[in-house]
Amino acid sequence: MTITDETPETVDGAARVRQRGDDAAVLRLSEAQAAAIGTDATTPDDDERVLLNMGPSHPSTHGVLRLMLEMEGETVIRSKPVVGYLHTGMEKQAEQLTFLQGCTNVTRMDYASPFFTELAFSLATEKLLDIEVPERAVWIRMLMSELNRISSHLLFMATNGMDLGAVSMMIYGWREREEVLRFFEKVTGLRMNHNYIRPGGVAADLPDGWKGEIEALLELLPPRLEEYDVLMTGQPIWRERLQGVGTLNTDEALALSATGPILRSTGYAWDLRRDQPYLAYDEVDFDVIVGTYGDCYDRYAIRLNEIRESMRIVEQILDKMPLGDYRVQDKKVTPPPRIRIDQSMEALIHHFKIFTEGFKVPEGEAYACVESPRGELGIYMVSDGSSTPYRMHVRGPSFINVQTMPHLMRESLIADAVAIISSVDPIMGEVDR
Amino acid sequence: MSDETAAAEEAEAVAEEAAVDLRFGAVVSKSHGDVVLHASVETYLEVCSEARADGFDQLIDLTAVDYLTYAGERALPGGLTPERFEVVTSLINHVRRERIRIRTQVSADEPTIPSLFDLWPGSEYLEREAFDMFGITFSDHPDMSRVLMPEDWVGHPLRKDYAVGAIPVQFKAASNER
Repeated sequence: MTITDETPETVDGAARVRQRGDDAAVLRLSEAQAAAIGTDATTPDDDERVLLNMGPSHPSTHGVLRLMLEMEGETVIRSKPVVGYLHTGMEKQAEQLTFLQGCTNVTRMDYASPFFTELAFSLATEKLLDIEVPERAVWIRMLMSELNRISSHLLFMATNGMDLGAVSMMIYGWREREEVLRFFEKVTGLRMNHNYIRPGGVAADLPDGWKGEIEALLELLPPRLEEYDVLMTGQPIWRERLQGVGTLNTDEALALSATGPILRSTGYAWDLRRDQPYLAYDEVDFDVIVGTYGDCYDRYAIRLNEIRESMRIVEQILDKMPLGDYRVQDKKVTPPPRIRIDQSMEALIHHFKIFTEGFKVPEGEAYACVESPRGELGIYMVSDGSSTPYRMHVRGPSFINVQTMPHLMRESLIADAVAIISSVDPIMGEVDR
Repeated sequence: MSDETAAAEEAEAVAEEAAVDLRFGAVVSKSHGDVVLHASVETYLEVCSEARADGFDQLIDLTAVDYLTYAGERALPGGLTPERFEVVTSLINHVRRERIRIRTQVSADEPTIPSLFDLWPGSEYLEREAFDMFGITFSDHPDMSRVLMPEDWVGHPLRKDYAVGAIPVQFKAASNER
């Protein structure tokens, strides 16, 4: 579906979502209340609803997600996601770190797609600094983002397969992801938590022979994806398990602030790369994948096909990668080249200053967002003119998508709840921050 | 309601005097290319409902900022008084591919602001987070409880007077009175 000129009617969706909250989907119960029910000897009766705890340490809760489920027999009536088990105060921490150190902090939020948080952080900082990064840096950023989208979706393929009993898929997904991470390691030095995209550009240029590596990767992946199709997409058990499970329609998804594959699975074509292009996404050709039914199967299929679209983008980046500098030559934000430090005292002082005091960012506030594999990832940054952010807020797509879970799970079997958690694909590092 | 209309009228009068643009009854400014609307607690809900009616169909983000120790200047357009807290709401209009940000001043004495749950139910977690981290209460919210911190936690971590640097460190040795 393409967006028409008509205003999408979400009043209904909002009303429905609100109404459901009271008695049919969302459980609003504090720990104390839940504990009181548990100790009350008079409840439950045989035919009454039972409160069931799932997680935080459960193989299919993607880390530390905990759910309070109100069950009637095997059917989930209402549920409440309980989050916060990984909360480490990263937004508070960001206020203590300079703008240059900030990326090391935010990269640890969504650990499955670290480049995107780094990118959003850098874009917000650059907005405040009012600097423009060189062409090559823009394209390197795009290359790394798209490869990261591939690796993140491959991780989803693995965990989704594992959650639904396709255990060999878990090994396959990790195997292919490892190939992508190997390239990341070559470029950034690390498999995860790269701190590679920084305000002003990227940390280092691409290594020699990077094109060959990517060509090999692009050759390796398509047959593997076809294997996935054989293993899962067309397989009756797989379809039976996912089709029609955990459905949501467009106006409900919009009302719940859902973005990314969850919103697109309802048939709503909204992708920031196409609709509000950043970097150089307006210069590459790709399709926005949408679903029809808004169920778990659509969300799976969207992610599988987004891998293919990302590969298409990567192919175009290979052809179009410009030459030039990989970081802005603005002495305020960029340290001198390593070789200059041995030759000049001033360069040494300059280097030292940037890495100890950091650079000052003008007063103001800005919001920058990117399309991460999970939806809109935004950073709202306030600077008071010093070298640390005054406030940094992350609009984590996982955090907001978690609130769709009770609506997806309503009236479904507990076995399907596992499929639903998996298809929302929350990364708890980003949910809890 | 009369309070709200009075406040809106007042904002209009102020805006006319200062010759600034108004949108949905709020003063508009630009920040690095983004459209920013400035509201007060009284006008907040009205501005949001009008934005909602104008096709801003999704609430994309909601957060707060504590300006307690802000070193820079805080001049707000349209003669609005800067307060300690600010609730920042980002909205998106998918059809026009347009974003706006509403910055609302919330006083430290009475940190309460209407909830947007009725307009966009997706504000639920974001408002809970703002409550958890800043102690700003959203009235008419269905479940105003902590979301990231434990339920029995005392204090609001992202306030500027919380924790980091809040407890003075005594570097001198404590006097030995034993």
